[in-house]
Amino acid sequence: MSVHRDDLGARIGMWLFLFTEMMLFGGLFLLYSAYRSMHPVEFHAAGEELNVALGVFNTLVLLTSSYTLALSLTAVEKGQAPLAKRLIAATILLGALFLVVKGFEWSAEFRHGIYPNSPGLLQRAPGVVLFYGLYFTMTGLHGLHIIAGMGLMSVALLKLAKGEVKKGHSIFLENVGLYWHLVDVIWIFLLPLFYLAA
Amino acid sequence: MTMDTTHEHAEPVSYRTITTVWAALLALTTVLVTISHFSHFWAVVAMLTLTPLKAGLVLYYFMHLKYEGPLIKGMVSIALTTLVIFIGMMFLDIAFR
Repeated sequence: MSVHRDDLGARIGMWLFLFTEMMLFGGLFLLYSAYRSMHPVEFHAAGEELNVALGVFNTLVLLTSSYTLALSLTAVEKGQAPLAKRLIAATILLGALFLVVKGFEWSAEFRHGIYPNSPGLLQRAPGVVLFYGLYFTMTGLHGLHIIAGMGLMSVALLKLAKGEVKKGHSIFLENVGLYWHLVDVIWIFLLPLFYLAA
Repeated sequence: MTMDTTHEHAEPVSYRTITTVWAALLALTTVLVTISHFSHFWAVVAMLTLTPLKAGLVLYYFMHLKYEGPLIKGMVSIALTTLVIFIGMMFLDIAFR
């Protein structure tokens, strides 16, 4: 008995989902641009308070995680399952590293009294409040996507171990890759908007 | 129906191609961060050119757009065009307020 399979359909479905993600973050980028054009000085000043080094470091971490995940798909297609497993595991670890760095960054900001609706923040100019509101919303939403991606990659690892993902049957891993790379693309835009804004 | 929808990309993307794209992404990030320190003007120029270029590399190679057929390529360009129209309309709105 043959099992119905439609890899192209699966990819189209994933892309349709990714379009909704693009519009979700796209809307937030629009909000950022509109508020920035209304409060250019405050956005510039608030951007100077962010830790550029950590932002850039996390960019390199995420770009490298996309690299290891892209390699893992090629490894599966070449029939090198053990290598693919190590590469997916490395990608999950890089995702975790990204979150740890983000955690240090946020906790430093919290210690300085900067968090949504904090008394210290609300005393500052409206543009600064908007900047940090967008910063916490967008990096927070992005962080949730990283957590979801790590979950999906764990499932891919399990499927690889069970032999459900293998040479010629790699659509699940491919779609997880599409998702993870889009999360990477979103960060590529977040870096200059927030960290290099000053 | 003879259309083969299970067909995978004929050849997996080579390790070499993936590594080259990764190296280019790291290099572009370094250039972007360096240029951002020059002046406000150059920071904006770098952001408007290098950032889409980086995103394009990820979409084209890591997300396999290069190897997709006209259907998915067309879908992605319609979605991106829509987003660009939104951005354009918003800036027009701000400019003529």
